Amino acid sequence: MTDKDKPLIEVVDLHKSFGSLEVLKGINEKIYKGEVVSIIGASGGGKSTFLRCLNMLEVPTSGKVIFEGEELNAKDTDLDKHRQKIGMVFQLFNIFPHLNVLDNITITPILEKKIKKEDAEKEAMDLLKMVGLEDKAQEYPRKLSGGQKQRLAIVRALAMHPDVMLFDEPTSALDPEMVKEVLDVIRDLAERDMTCVIVTHEMGFAKSISDRILFIDEGIIMEEGTPEQIFDHPQNARTKEFLSKVLM
Amino acid sequence: MGLGPSIIDVFLQYWPIFLKGAIGTLKFSFIAVGFGSILGCLVSFLSLAKMKLLQTIARIYVTVLRGTPLLVQMYIAYFFLPIAFPVMNNLSKETYVLIALIMNSSAYVSEIIRGGINSVDAGQTEAARSLGMSARNTMIRIVLPQAIKNILPALANEYIAMIKETSMAGTFMLYELMYTRVLLANKFLIWQPLFIIAGIYLIMTTVLTYGVRQLERRLAVSD
Repeated sequence: MTDKDKPLIEVVDLHKSFGSLEVLKGINEKIYKGEVVSIIGASGGGKSTFLRCLNMLEVPTSGKVIFEGEELNAKDTDLDKHRQKIGMVFQLFNIFPHLNVLDNITITPILEKKIKKEDAEKEAMDLLKMVGLEDKAQEYPRKLSGGQKQRLAIVRALAMHPDVMLFDEPTSALDPEMVKEVLDVIRDLAERDMTCVIVTHEMGFAKSISDRILFIDEGIIMEEGTPEQIFDHPQNARTKEFLSKVLM
Repeated sequence: MGLGPSIIDVFLQYWPIFLKGAIGTLKFSFIAVGFGSILGCLVSFLSLAKMKLLQTIARIYVTVLRGTPLLVQMYIAYFFLPIAFPVMNNLSKETYVLIALIMNSSAYVSEIIRGGINSVDAGQTEAARSLGMSARNTMIRIVLPQAIKNILPALANEYIAMIKETSMAGTFMLYELMYTRVLLANKFLIWQPLFIIAGIYLIMTTVLTYGVRQLERRLAVSD
């Protein structure tokens, strides 16, 4: 078996309950290196919970999440090591407000990967340049716009050299005029063959960027396929209903 | 017999006694809140621990110390500790009272710290952990620095409250502000010292409250 055939992430019969509420009801999925997978579906259907199970921010009630061949929810797994390989971008950015832009990026590589401060800062500057924030390096996050914060959050995750990036509704909290600048960064990453899993309500973006679309509803993957299959020829009644309600 | 000498006369004659008392008060409060903070930190970590047993221990500790009068706690420390723990027999009476003050303070401080930590958005922890930062580093480098903004003013307020609480230490003949009353009562000065003592407490708490307000304002600026 070559590397290409082995999934980067494999999810086996994933269940997740919050108290008596079962949010995920058995999800099986394989995500391969270099793939861009977008997850769509109505709110409350389990999209974000699924994504958050991929790096164990939510601990599955049962089932397995296997990342690079290792079961993440096994007891003896060094979760921190694996999480360093799984970048995540949040809806509300979650930038560290007490650290300036540069330190937001460098703190984890310096603390956890023992990268030298100069090296970490040099790389952080390169990353900031990539997203047009190099002149903000010494600023504190309160001076950044939402779009700038989200671009910072993306490069903060990239500084750990992840093998996959998870995006949890990365543009949902942004003012409309800032959506594009963030989507452009994600598109740029996808074009550089970064594996991306994106929970999004931006259907046009999902259609144009993705290799595969998952429609998650009622805690399961109702339908999956290429963007053309899902958006142009949906088979499942729930998918059709959902797509008829959203703007493309 | 009349009222006797005026407040001002008493103060001018005996001010070194009041000064020594005031210093004692500030010292006891500082020690109580200082060591209380260290102990309170440990208790707050217990209360935030994953293990239910540790949480329960912390909750009982806080409930008992906040739910019973400090004066009773002082009496228990003063009379019971030397009997229950003979090793503690040689400690000074000051130490017993301080143990009660420190434990009492630690219960309040642990709630302040717990509240401060809980006030930090959960997204901060999630972001740090998702980057692969350890739980320990996340607490020390991400959560605590943000919690401190809420903790510091509340801690300063606890110190101000403790200044008033230490007046009970005078009951055990420890040299603090309230104890000066006893010293001067021996000289048949009954009412004047009380007003002087009240005035000094009021000045100390007012000045410190003003200081805390300035601190809050400065911490708010960096938001």
